[in-house]
Amino acid sequence: MTRRMWTYAGLAAGLVLVAFPFGWTLLASFKPESEIRRDPPTFLPDQWTFANYAGLFERTQMDQAFFNSTVVALAAVAGNLLFCSMVGYAFAKLPFRGRNVLFGLVLVQLMVPAIVVMIPQFVLIASFGLVNTFLGIILPTIVTPLGIFLMRQFIADIPDELVHAARVDGAREFRIFFQIVLPLCKPALATLGLITFFTSWNGFIWPAVVAQSEDMYTLPVALAIFSNAQATQYGLLIAGAVVVVLPILVIFLFLQRYFVQGTTFTGLK
Amino acid sequence: MVATVEARAARAAVATPRPLRRTGIAWVFVAPFVVVFAVFWAGPLLVGLGMSFTDMRSTDVRNPLGVDLVGLRNYLRLFDDELMRKAAFNTLVFVVTTLPLTLGLGLAAAVALNSGIARLPAAFFRLGYYLPYITSIIGIAVAWRFLLDPEAGPVNQLLAAVGVDGPSWLADETLALPVIIVMTAWRSFGFDMVIFLAALQGIPKELYEAAEVDGAGRWERFRWVTLPMLRPALLFCTVYSSIGFTQFMEEPLVMTKGGPAGATTSASLAIYNQFGSGNFGYAGAAATVLFTVIAALAFLQFRLARPR
Repeated sequence: MTRRMWTYAGLAAGLVLVAFPFGWTLLASFKPESEIRRDPPTFLPDQWTFANYAGLFERTQMDQAFFNSTVVALAAVAGNLLFCSMVGYAFAKLPFRGRNVLFGLVLVQLMVPAIVVMIPQFVLIASFGLVNTFLGIILPTIVTPLGIFLMRQFIADIPDELVHAARVDGAREFRIFFQIVLPLCKPALATLGLITFFTSWNGFIWPAVVAQSEDMYTLPVALAIFSNAQATQYGLLIAGAVVVVLPILVIFLFLQRYFVQGTTFTGLK
Repeated sequence: MVATVEARAARAAVATPRPLRRTGIAWVFVAPFVVVFAVFWAGPLLVGLGMSFTDMRSTDVRNPLGVDLVGLRNYLRLFDDELMRKAAFNTLVFVVTTLPLTLGLGLAAAVALNSGIARLPAAFFRLGYYLPYITSIIGIAVAWRFLLDPEAGPVNQLLAAVGVDGPSWLADETLALPVIIVMTAWRSFGFDMVIFLAALQGIPKELYEAAEVDGAGRWERFRWVTLPMLRPALLFCTVYSSIGFTQFMEEPLVMTKGGPAGATTSASLAIYNQFGSGNFGYAGAAATVLFTVIAALAFLQFRLARPR
């Protein structure tokens, strides 16, 4: 066997190990509970059933949680697209007093562990009366350091002449930003939107702290709480896992170019 | 001579006028960050620090004036707390094992994908390896808990088929943490791989050709060309991942709730539990220590890895 064939064999073996948990779980979610527990196990379901999904939606408010997750993620995306590009524009194209210090603070926020500020954040949210609200879940991450980096980097590459020419023509900064800069940022906005969407969709600890009643849970919160209550109801649980994971996988398969771009950017900033 | 310098300086001043400062309008543009940072990050960071010197409990939220200063008592208690010490130790073990494992897997995958295999399969493998990274940790944890179930899980059933009596992975004090380590590396290496791939593709081919002319073998080229050129990417992944891994808590929270007997309780999870029991002051002290450790770690790594 040539070296190249060994490489392919190694890569394929790796892919099997990576894909196995996904594939097995997805298939098992269509088996009745008795078949899930059968020994020796079946790979493909002997008997295809949607009972796990039906049971899941009957016993939990996963449909409500799906809606909540979507609302929270879309709001986070909208906020980040607008605010991160505004802040990024200022850092890239508007020289101002205090710029370097402020940019240092963006770096600081990137390093602050969520758990460290979580308690005071919660006290704060409580004093605003935002406990158990979408706003309470969304506000702390409505503009994120990573998004600011991404937009600053991208906008810095837009030629200064474009901005200058508009200023000479008497355009106000907000008009320059909305009519000239933002339309040129579409690729960066796509990346930022996707990163924000999946970060928000997968977010767990903060939504679990803010959402207090079942009708406010996001998907990961609903699944985590259900799995604490029903530790061994595997059929229902893995159906829940599929409901949480599958939308992101589907989005990823269609738009993976932007995800990978975003990760690459993160590493090269 | 002096005149020439002055003339040049004058010409330069004409050619590049000082950029006009736009401080007023610029602060309008950065206002979203300033407000969110001040209210939700800087403020809470300071409040958390202040809280750590008090005996504040969740019941004091409505009446913050009812709390008492206790000086360093929370910090001293931290070092006497058996579970906190265990959590710190578990976090250390987790970071020093998961970090090299993730970096190694990511590097191996990136080098394999960059070794001249065809574009389409390379894209396919890259996509597959990256998938776990973008999925919900809760979903993953639920799936892994099922896969590793001592009776119903396929892993032990497969082991039984070859005559091995599989352990109860997550209920075993010595095995639970290693399982979480493997799961985390499995989930995270795709991120490092993508970054290494981008860095690998940026290495000029001439460097390898020159090394080959000098008689460098495959390993020597990797050791003396690839690795040094990957230095910035390696540094980034090390810093980024070690900050993330030091805070790990969602994995044990869902897989084991920190058990058995605290064997998988991480520093963040211990803080989270203290928060849950309402011990805000004590949790604040632990959080402050964790933040100090993470900041010091990042600082140290940057210092150590600075180009010489």
